[in-house]
Amino acid sequence: MVQRLRIRYAKRGRMRFTSHRDVARALERALRRAQLPMAYSAGFSPHPKVSYAGASPTGVASEAEYLEIALAEMREPDDVRRALDAALPPGLDIVEVVEAAPGGSLGERITASRWRVELREVDAGEAEAAIERFLTLGTAPVERLTKDGTRTVDARAAVVHLAVGAAEAGGFAPCAILDLVVRHTTPAVRPDDVMTALRQAAALPTPVTPLVTRLAQGLLDETPSTTDGTPDHPVRLLDPLAADAAEAPPH
Amino acid sequence: MPVQTIFDRLEPLLPSVSKPIQYVGGELHATVKDWDEAGDETVRWCLMYPDAYEVGLPNQGVQILYEVLNEQAGVLAERTYSVWPDMEAVMREHGIPQFTVDAHRPVKAFDVFGISFSTELGYTNMLTALDLAGIALHARERSDDEPIVIAGGHAAFNPEPIADFIDAAVLGDGEQAALRISDIVRAWKQAGRPDGRRGLLMRLATDGVAYVPGLYDVDYLPDGRIRRVSPAEAGVPWRVSKHTVMDLDEWPYPKKPLVPLAETVHERYSVEIFRGCTRGCRFCQAGMITRPVRERSITTVGEMVQRGIAATGFEEVGLLSLSSADHSEIGEIAKGLADRYEGDNVSLSLPSTRVDAFNITLADELTRNGRRAGLTFAPEGGSERMRKVINKMVTEEDLIRTVSTAYGNGWRQVKLYFMCGLPTETDEDVLQIAEMAKHVIAAGREAAGRKDIRCTISIGAFVPKPHTPFQWAAQLDWETVDRRLKSLKAAVMNDRNYGKSIGIRYHDGRPSIIEGLLSRGDRRVGAVIEEVWRDGGRFDGWSEHFSFERWSQACERVFAGGPVSLDWYTTREREQSEVLPWDHLDAGLDKDWMWEDWQDALRSVEVDDCRWTPCYDCGVCPSLGTEIQVGPTGRPLLPLSPV
Repeated sequence: MVQRLRIRYAKRGRMRFTSHRDVARALERALRRAQLPMAYSAGFSPHPKVSYAGASPTGVASEAEYLEIALAEMREPDDVRRALDAALPPGLDIVEVVEAAPGGSLGERITASRWRVELREVDAGEAEAAIERFLTLGTAPVERLTKDGTRTVDARAAVVHLAVGAAEAGGFAPCAILDLVVRHTTPAVRPDDVMTALRQAAALPTPVTPLVTRLAQGLLDETPSTTDGTPDHPVRLLDPLAADAAEAPPH
Repeated sequence: MPVQTIFDRLEPLLPSVSKPIQYVGGELHATVKDWDEAGDETVRWCLMYPDAYEVGLPNQGVQILYEVLNEQAGVLAERTYSVWPDMEAVMREHGIPQFTVDAHRPVKAFDVFGISFSTELGYTNMLTALDLAGIALHARERSDDEPIVIAGGHAAFNPEPIADFIDAAVLGDGEQAALRISDIVRAWKQAGRPDGRRGLLMRLATDGVAYVPGLYDVDYLPDGRIRRVSPAEAGVPWRVSKHTVMDLDEWPYPKKPLVPLAETVHERYSVEIFRGCTRGCRFCQAGMITRPVRERSITTVGEMVQRGIAATGFEEVGLLSLSSADHSEIGEIAKGLADRYEGDNVSLSLPSTRVDAFNITLADELTRNGRRAGLTFAPEGGSERMRKVINKMVTEEDLIRTVSTAYGNGWRQVKLYFMCGLPTETDEDVLQIAEMAKHVIAAGREAAGRKDIRCTISIGAFVPKPHTPFQWAAQLDWETVDRRLKSLKAAVMNDRNYGKSIGIRYHDGRPSIIEGLLSRGDRRVGAVIEEVWRDGGRFDGWSEHFSFERWSQACERVFAGGPVSLDWYTTREREQSEVLPWDHLDAGLDKDWMWEDWQDALRSVEVDDCRWTPCYDCGVCPSLGTEIQVGPTGRPLLPLSPV
């Protein structure tokens, strides 16, 4: 292994229905089609070295998924971006490739996610009222069916920010678009857990299955700041690839 | 007229069903063509494999036709698969019709709905798809704006049980037949669709490209047997013949195989290295109906694999055929591919290998770049006598020699396939399977010099199939099959020396009886299929969905008061003079030869392979104008020009 690359990719359109395993298979095949000089694990059944930083749930679109690959030869990150993007099916799109700078793992730089939740046939005012009630709750226990049976998570504690965003011109109407920032916890609280809490604790009707997109992942910056570059937003996520990009050697 | 995609209506419902990825399409190399590429004269095919996406997507037949058709100007092909019951419920609740995964167009909007049947147990799934599509279940009730429903695949060699539901059936290789049908549909459209649907069906029937069951009358004798099958219209042929592609090098498909996002049962690039088999195993329908042997040359195989691997990124290459080690240049192919992919983590597999064609050099090439997985052989019969009856000319000495070499060269696991319920079989014949397995372990321990080697025996129940010498045989009742398998299991498990080294796998014999009903049934079985489907029958090939009671009770209701029954169709031996439901469908095999071969079977007389002994007059080559095409060509697999 001579080079580690960190990759941001998007799951768009119908590709949101891929599971994490589907994405992993598609990616490994695309790596072979793109003829990238992958580093392989040793052993009886060698596998290309790919590691994934948390995957969005099946059915959820994403603009910000992250993974890291190891190459056996040096490659220009932007060439890798183009080659891999061309080899992947449309909808699985490579957004950014940077060479990993020494020190600091992706995992350490990803502590929260920003989600966009589109609620068709829900009035924005109704959604605002439900959110107001939800935010006053101390806890919001919701049950979720997992492989190991039903488990309960607190959907309130992990929520850092929840508000109704601006409606989009030309979109569905009525439609409420929620801006949601959730801290990564164990067990994870997913957007559908928050939606369950909004339905249960705050009586928000959701006649149509919400369309969820992960907009960003990163380090949650909890220091209050007025000069953080996003003055219109109270919560900031730091780009997990920014440090690598800043240290990138000139090619 | 443009046809609307249903995806916008489907998408919000997908999060509520299991594995939604199987319904969204978007596979690498999926093709979506302009619906009106050639205006109204565009010939539009919807191809279906009537099982779940994970099983149907890798199907070679569908992938080949999909590519062949889409390459044609003015022709388009999309795919659909069986939806799981949870999805069926959602579609019914929301009024979503059966759709293609390519452009999510409703199946009913296509001109031709082609369904590929590898097994008869997919028949109920066809009814689900027709019903969800809004296409009339019965062919005779269909109107001019509904597609022509065409069955293909091996099960189409006796389509009589589904004669009520299909408009036509195509026998044999589909590549040229699908293009011929496209030409006929286009010409009919260009002529202004004379005589509507019936006019098109007449064109298909009189051309000979397809069998149109609705244009034939079947008369029965009072005892239930068929009196005769005859054309109902002038110009409709008495017999319909199968199609045979004679030069596989001219049809190197699939070139760009579909690479799914969802996980499927075969994740590999598959290339057929030859079609047909003349080994002459008497139970084997595939071997009988795909004659003669036509090899793909080593050069074409090499090119197809190179392009296929580059286009897909698959890590495994499957060299497919009915008996892959029989290819005249299999050694050179395996060595050439192993050389080419040395160090690339691309492995080779040879899914069907005969004991007597196997050698260790070949096995070493196959495992050079991959893991040394288990070896699988199919002696089929446990006793020497049984193997003579079925014409599986493999001796126990052959088998012991082969497995000893394998165990001696580092293999630890050998799998052996057998059948139970073969004609003339006795309890003792089945118990001989246990003896054979013990001999394998004994020889293996000696060859390997260690005790931790294993042998797994897997036993399936024999189902007599149309167009085979066993088409006249009585199928063994499932109670006897189950009893014999239980005593076999006891004989294996109770052996103190070897029992722990032998694994045994089998299923209960009841699904095979239903497969037998559907394999050798006639048009009267259609009502049973429909009854079972109305009673909830779905995915009958899946043990968790199959219900023997549903089928046997439907038989009782449908056949009540008549001369036929489930037993009549399955466990009854047929006489030479009986008109069989598929006699008017021509696989090229001479019926007198088949009867002689059946009599030879009963006398344990074997017949040799015509590739290396003189022709024994099975009838295929002269009646269809075909001939055996085998190498060797003497050419190397490499070098290849860089792509």
